[in-house]
Amino acid sequence: MNDIDRDKRLDIYTRTMKVNRTDEKFRSILAQGKVAVMYYSVRGEELVSAASMAALNDDDYVVCTYRGQGEQTAKGIPAEKWWAECLGKATGTCKGKGGTMHITHPETGIMVTTGIVGSGIAIANGLATASQNNGDGKVTMVSFGDGAANIGAFHEALNMAQLYKLPVVFVCHNNRYGEHTAFSDHTDGDSIAQRAAGYGMKGVRVDGNDIVEMYGAAKKAVDSARAGEGPTLIEAMCYRMMGHFFGADYSYMPEAHLEEMQAEDPLPKLRKYMLEHDFTEDELDEIVARIDEEIEVAVQNALDAPFPDASELRVDVYEEEMTA
Amino acid sequence: MSEITMTEALNHAIDEAMAADENVFCLGEDIGDKQGGGVFKVTSGLSTKYGDQRVRATPISEVAIVGAAVGAALAGQRPIAEIMLMNFVGVCMDQIVNHAAKLRFMSGGQTKVPLVIRTTTGAGLGFGGQHSDMLEAWFAHVAGLKVVTASNAADAKGLLRSSIECNDPVVFIENTLSYGLLSEDPGKDHRVPLGKAAVAKEGEDISVITYGRTVNDALAVAADIEKKGVSVEVIDLRTIAPYDEEAVIRSVRKTRRAITLHEAVKPFGTGAEISANIHQKLFNELKAPVGRVGGVFSPVPFASPLEQAWLPTAEKISSAIMETMEWRS
Repeated sequence: MNDIDRDKRLDIYTRTMKVNRTDEKFRSILAQGKVAVMYYSVRGEELVSAASMAALNDDDYVVCTYRGQGEQTAKGIPAEKWWAECLGKATGTCKGKGGTMHITHPETGIMVTTGIVGSGIAIANGLATASQNNGDGKVTMVSFGDGAANIGAFHEALNMAQLYKLPVVFVCHNNRYGEHTAFSDHTDGDSIAQRAAGYGMKGVRVDGNDIVEMYGAAKKAVDSARAGEGPTLIEAMCYRMMGHFFGADYSYMPEAHLEEMQAEDPLPKLRKYMLEHDFTEDELDEIVARIDEEIEVAVQNALDAPFPDASELRVDVYEEEMTA
Repeated sequence: MSEITMTEALNHAIDEAMAADENVFCLGEDIGDKQGGGVFKVTSGLSTKYGDQRVRATPISEVAIVGAAVGAALAGQRPIAEIMLMNFVGVCMDQIVNHAAKLRFMSGGQTKVPLVIRTTTGAGLGFGGQHSDMLEAWFAHVAGLKVVTASNAADAKGLLRSSIECNDPVVFIENTLSYGLLSEDPGKDHRVPLGKAAVAKEGEDISVITYGRTVNDALAVAADIEKKGVSVEVIDLRTIAPYDEEAVIRSVRKTRRAITLHEAVKPFGTGAEISANIHQKLFNELKAPVGRVGGVFSPVPFASPLEQAWLPTAEKISSAIMETMEWRS
C-alpha cells in the first residue's frame, strides 16, 4: 500500500491518541495513588493496535491480552464503561467482575481479554470457526506478544487455522520483550513472521510504528481472511516503552535499547506524518483535547461509581443464579 | 421396543441435536468417517450425514480443539469437542479451567460458553497410568463447569442431549468399559435434566451414593448383600457437579447410613465433599459415619492383577457397606 486516504488517516490518528491518552491517564492516576490495580501499559504500541482495529469492521471479533488497552479502546469500547471496569465498579463492562485483565464488550466485538499468555490465539480460531460455519462474513483478529509465540497454543492454533482456512488474523506485537526477557534471549530465530511458512500460512513482518506499513498489512490480511483466503500472521515490530506492568522495574533494558526505543516512538512519527498529510497542528490538538475531556469525565464517574454488591458472587457463575 | 448400546445412544443424541440445531457441531481427533468415525465409533456416520465442516476431524491438538470450541461457543454455536481420553485434558486444562469455566463470570454475564467436552476413561482395560484415570474431581472443583456422567445407555442419551442444550460448559465423561451396555431405546429427543439424581434402586438400610460405571457395581453388590438381609438404596448422581444435594439428603435421611463410591482415587475425591455435606446436614440422624470407597491412591497400574487390586471392586464395596452397617460407637 502506498498511502491511506484522508478519512482513514484521521481515523487511525484519533484511535491512536485515544489509546495513548488513556494510557497516560491510567499511569497518572496510579502514580498519584488514586487507585491500586494491575495495569499493563501500552506505551509504544499505540499505533499497532489503532491501525489493526481500523482495518476491521465494527462487528468483527477481537481477542486480546492483559496488555489489551490498545485493542479495547481503539475498537471503541465506551470510555465510561471501560474505566469503570478497570476500577472494579458495578457500572463497568463486566460489572467489576473481570477487571483490567478480562475486559469484555461483545457490542464492540471485544470477545475475550485473557490474562494467560497465548491462550487467546486458540480461542480466536473458534470465533472464526463460528463465522465460517454460519457464513456471517466476520473476521476475527487476535493480538499477542512475542513471548506468546513460544507457547504451545500458538503452534496448535496456527496449524489449525491454516488447515481450515479460517477467517482470522494473528497480530503479534513484537515489542522485543517477553515479560523481562529480551526477544533475542527467548528466541533464536530471526523473526516470528517467518514461522508462518512452516504452517503454509501467509506471514509478514512490518514496522508497527509506520502508519502506512502497519495499516496496509492489517487491511490486506483482513480483506484476505474475509474473502475466504485464510489467515495471516503479522509480526508488528514495536517497543514496550514501560516495564511489564505499571510500577515494574525495567532497569534490565540496556541503554542502547532505550535510546533506540525513544528514537522509534510512534507518536512523534505519526504526528509528523499527519502534518505532512493535510492536517494542521490545531486540528490535531483539538482531537487530543476532545479525547482528554472525555477521559476526564469517564475517570471521575468511574471513581464515584459504586463497587459491585457481594450478591454478584452468585451471579454469572452458571446461567442459573446460585443459592446463597 | 428395541435395545441400544451406550455408543448408539450417544451417537443418536448428537445426531438428533445436530439435526435440530444447525449451531451444533463436533470437533476432535479422528471423529470423521474418513478416520473411522471416532476411536470408539461414537461419531460414526455423522460426518457423512452433516459434512466435514460440522464434524471437524482435527490435528492432535487438544489446546486448539478446546480453544476453538470456547471461541465458537462465545459466538453462539454449540460445539461438542471430543478429548479422546480423559488424561489428555492435562494438555488443555488452561482452556477448560481459565477460559471455558470463567468467561461468563469474568464478562459479567455478557458472554456464555455453551460447549460440551466429551471424553472417555476408566480402569480395567490394561491401559496403564496415562489412559485410565477418572478425573471428575478436578472439574467439580472449578466454579462454572458442570460435570456429567451416565451409568446406562438411556441416561447417556438423555444427559448428552441436555448437556448440548445447556448454556454452560459441560464436561461429559464416558466410560470406556460401558460403551456396550444395553438399554431399552428411550426414543427420539429423550432428555434427562442436568442436576437431577436418580434412585437406581430403592432400599431402606443404607444409601450408596455413586455415579457412572460404579452404579452398576453397586447394584450388583446390593442384590447380593440383600441375601444377608441388608436393604441397599443406590443413588446415581448423573450430574456430578453441581450435584443433586436434595436427593442425597432425602435418601440418607431415610436410611441413616451411607457410603460414597467412585472409581477415582479416594483422597480429595468427590466422595469427601458429599460425605462432609451429609455429616453437616444429618449429624444427629446418622447411625454411622459415612464410608468412602474409591480407587487406591496410586497411579492406575498396568498388570491385570494389580489393576484389579487398584479398583473399587465388589468385595471392597461390600465390606464398606457391612462395616457401616455394623458400626458401633
